[in-house]
Amino acid sequence: MNTRYETVIGLEVHVQLTTATKIFCGCSTAFGQAPNSQTCPVCLGLPGALPVLNREVVNAAIKAGLATNCRIAPYSIFARKNYFYPDLPKGYQISQFELPICEHGWLDIGGEEFAAKRVGITRIHMEEDAGKLLHGSSAGSLVDLNRACTPLLEVVSEPDMRSAAEAIAYLKQLHQIVVYLGVCDGNMEEGSFRCDANVSVRPVGQVELGTRAELKNLNSFRFIKQAIDFEVERQIELIEDGGKVIQETRLFDPDAGVTRSMRGKEQAHDYRYFPDPDLLPLEVSDVWIDEVRAALPELPGQKRQRYEEALGLPAYDAAVLAAERPVAEYFDALVVLHKNPKLCSNWVMGEVLGAVKENDVAIVDCPVTPTLLAGILKRIEDNTISGKMAKTVFTTIWQSGKSADEVIAEKGLKQVSDSGALDAIIDEVIAANPTEVAEYQGGKDKLMGFFVGQVMKASKGKANPGLVNQLLKERLSA
Amino acid sequence: MSESQFTISSLGKELQAQRTTAVAATRQCVERINNTDNQLNAFITRCDDSAFQDATAADARLSAGSAATLTGIPLGLKDIFSTKGVRTTCGSKILDNYVPVYDATVVERLRAQGAVIVGKLNMDEFAMGSSNETSAAGVCRNPWDKNHVPGGSSGGSAVAVAAGQVVAALGTDTGGSIRQPAAHCGVVGLKPTYGRVSRYGVIAFASSLDQVGPITRTVDDCALLLEAIAGYDPRDSTSVDCPVPDYQAHLRDGVTGKKIGLPREYFIEGLDPEVKRAVDDAIEVYRRLGAELVPVSLPHTDYSVACYYLIATAEASSNLARYDGVRFGVRHSSGGGLIDMYQQTRSAGFGAEVKRRIMLGTYALSSGYYDAYYLKAQKVRTLIRQDFHNVFEQVDLLLTPVAPTAAFKIGEKTDDPLQMYLSDIFTIPANLAGTCAMSLPCGFDAAGMPIGLQLIGKPFGEGEMLQTAWAFEQATDWHTRQPVL
Amino acid sequence: MKISEQDVAYVAGLARLSLTPEELKTMTGKMDAMLGYVDKLNELDTDAIVPTAHAVPMANAFRGDQVIPSSGSAAALANAPQGTDGCFQVPRVIE
Ligand SMILES: [Mg+2]
Ligand SMILES: [Zn+2]
Repeated sequence: MNTRYETVIGLEVHVQLTTATKIFCGCSTAFGQAPNSQTCPVCLGLPGALPVLNREVVNAAIKAGLATNCRIAPYSIFARKNYFYPDLPKGYQISQFELPICEHGWLDIGGEEFAAKRVGITRIHMEEDAGKLLHGSSAGSLVDLNRACTPLLEVVSEPDMRSAAEAIAYLKQLHQIVVYLGVCDGNMEEGSFRCDANVSVRPVGQVELGTRAELKNLNSFRFIKQAIDFEVERQIELIEDGGKVIQETRLFDPDAGVTRSMRGKEQAHDYRYFPDPDLLPLEVSDVWIDEVRAALPELPGQKRQRYEEALGLPAYDAAVLAAERPVAEYFDALVVLHKNPKLCSNWVMGEVLGAVKENDVAIVDCPVTPTLLAGILKRIEDNTISGKMAKTVFTTIWQSGKSADEVIAEKGLKQVSDSGALDAIIDEVIAANPTEVAEYQGGKDKLMGFFVGQVMKASKGKANPGLVNQLLKERLSA
Repeated sequence: MSESQFTISSLGKELQAQRTTAVAATRQCVERINNTDNQLNAFITRCDDSAFQDATAADARLSAGSAATLTGIPLGLKDIFSTKGVRTTCGSKILDNYVPVYDATVVERLRAQGAVIVGKLNMDEFAMGSSNETSAAGVCRNPWDKNHVPGGSSGGSAVAVAAGQVVAALGTDTGGSIRQPAAHCGVVGLKPTYGRVSRYGVIAFASSLDQVGPITRTVDDCALLLEAIAGYDPRDSTSVDCPVPDYQAHLRDGVTGKKIGLPREYFIEGLDPEVKRAVDDAIEVYRRLGAELVPVSLPHTDYSVACYYLIATAEASSNLARYDGVRFGVRHSSGGGLIDMYQQTRSAGFGAEVKRRIMLGTYALSSGYYDAYYLKAQKVRTLIRQDFHNVFEQVDLLLTPVAPTAAFKIGEKTDDPLQMYLSDIFTIPANLAGTCAMSLPCGFDAAGMPIGLQLIGKPFGEGEMLQTAWAFEQATDWHTRQPVL
Repeated sequence: MKISEQDVAYVAGLARLSLTPEELKTMTGKMDAMLGYVDKLNELDTDAIVPTAHAVPMANAFRGDQVIPSSGSAAALANAPQGTDGCFQVPRVIE
């Protein structure tokens, strides 16, 4: 990358909310229904129909605002954004322009490729989505208005990011937060979390921003990175060749990995925003904000911090466990039952996540519940079973739903920790392997593993490995 | 019906006593329409068949003794109300074939009462006009003199009531569209306080100004019909959740001691001398009845027309964007692209006055002009509202003319939109302030055209305003006169 | 002149109206007259005045997040000038 230029990125994210109904009418927001079946006079924009605001959308906006350190406006208004397009039934989109519900927020991001930094959030506002335009037939385009009037939050960042890596870190964190809050399902392929990127470059040291291009159609983190990297290269080359970047909207083509100008389709933006006379101002009281705040879940950042500081987990473990709310909740439930955080963490990150992935079940449906797993961990710690044995127990519980103690009893997996019983086995092993004994005593320490293995084998895996080690050392050094 | 035109209250009594039937009353209206509407053109769409079905159902309800105030009463609706299964054009070519799939809230309420919907009435296109001359269905004529306009935009509603084609009608009023045609046709018209009546299902012209209201022969009827349609509607965010009073309860309480303000800005040069004389006579009537007449001032009156035309056209430019030929209405396309289709549909579908207003409103909101025009007008609107707020601390209600002149001749003002707009100077301020106002007959000019008196009440003061109007109606006989057809 | 024919043509584009050259001329004249008239608002000093968007001061009208059965695609398309496969059809939009 050319080091004489600095990249400047600002992001606009559209977060589709998981409310049962649309933002201004009672139609269902269910995905994948027959075209235009989820419509009514309001979302079809029929003459005379009027919008009424879904209170749950306001709650979601307040949640998102609080989770991103925004100020929640005590007074905000809805505005009409006027433009013609077949997927926009009324000829205007109801959005917020002046006086949005959330402003002045931020998220802290950190990563391996860049220093930790704070990205400003200019605003979060509520708005309605447009319908879908299908370009199937040659005769014309088709309009499905099921998605029209679906609630969105638009989260607008400051142009604070300086690389694709920073942009991705910011987006991943925002994604994690809105999914954690339960306000968005986070499905990028279905368009529930959509991102437009404003990208510009400027010579290092220049204060004013370069001319930006707005990149659209970025429906995965990978595409966002590709699009930004391509666009930065394109702009730098253009400037180096004596050209000028023009302000325009560019569409990312995932197949070719390039951005392309939407020239021609766009005419000058003159949206003629004005306050929507059909909707009243929105007043959010401190009481309302406090109610929402009190009901907020612990957020991923807070969880990571607690896992590291209060539970003493390594940063890596904390990040993995906190990444998804259901995983964190499984872990939180487990660690209450079994107070050895590191052992819990190892098991959740290892066996539990591995098994749910392998069996393709959600962690909330994991047959080995935190209570059952805690039963296993208890028997590991009191040396009833070995760690290795515990894995077998885990698999058995997964299939049977029985408790650890039941499985241990039924299968006779109880570990042999009685030195008298082990002494006899050790005697046999030493007697059967005189050469190895001589070599070990001659200084070949590595052979200890061999002896332990032989004892474990002879005990059918039930011997307590720690105790075997200890007894073997005593005997062989004698 | 001509010699003994029914009112809601008189027909209601006859129906309740089973001295007549809803079917008979409906037949009388239908015959009257058959005999007169070729001269008047008050109807855009007639619903004879469904009207007789409504009437039959009403008669059953009357026999069963479960009738409401409006059961069996033949009513007309301005063609601006969405009526399920009945064509609704809003006076425009662009909606020539539009059949709504839902009823407006006010229509639902009328149907729930068992009213008989006789048809959809003529109006200026998208309610944009003061003479009914911009209607795609052609001009509607004043029953007192068919060379004169009936006023607008609810021209057809006023004409149908004045001519005895229906017992009463609903109109809408954005800048005087109920009161001015009521005055020009010699009937009673009331614009409620903004938020008093639901706008759901009413095709929008200017959302922050539009209100639905009754047009009737008497003040009594006006109270009855208003009570039937008023009240909170959760489907209209701007509808106000406050109880609807029993308007009949104090209707006959008189005006003794009532303070009635006479705003000096409404008695100006340019006010037709005959209109002035009729209004002066009305003032005398009130004095005689024991009211106190108080000179007051609404200093920003002169700015109301300019303020109104910016706000109303701006809102209209956005409200009328949905007429794009995609989901309903008449599409024009000659095989070009999307923008072509939009432009052809809208250029062929809208009439000249509607286009002018869309253009002015679009300009007032466009980049670089918003502050100078739209925002400025909203600030002036605040001053106009404050005028009313101040004056209502001194008086109970206001008395003014409805319009500077009686109904003018067809074609007289069509070339000069500004002159047409200025004729709404006395009605526009109440819409900007959001308060209630009504028009009632107070005389005739030398040519025999009716003259209207305007009362402007406090916000949600419909009850007191109707009571004041009823006292005048009792003391005069203007409302008993009927045009000869 | 408060407004030029170019301005009027630009506004007509925003409003998706096409005007013939004669219409453009007439429209410019009428809009110019109206804009000249509304200029009288500038006689008033409104710097300290709060704009009025709603005639009746109110706030917070909500509905609950309860599904109301939709009217369905047949009702949606009942008035469609052109419909195909349950969708509204429009002239082809090129992206
Ligand atoms: Mg947006
Ligand atoms: Zn809907």
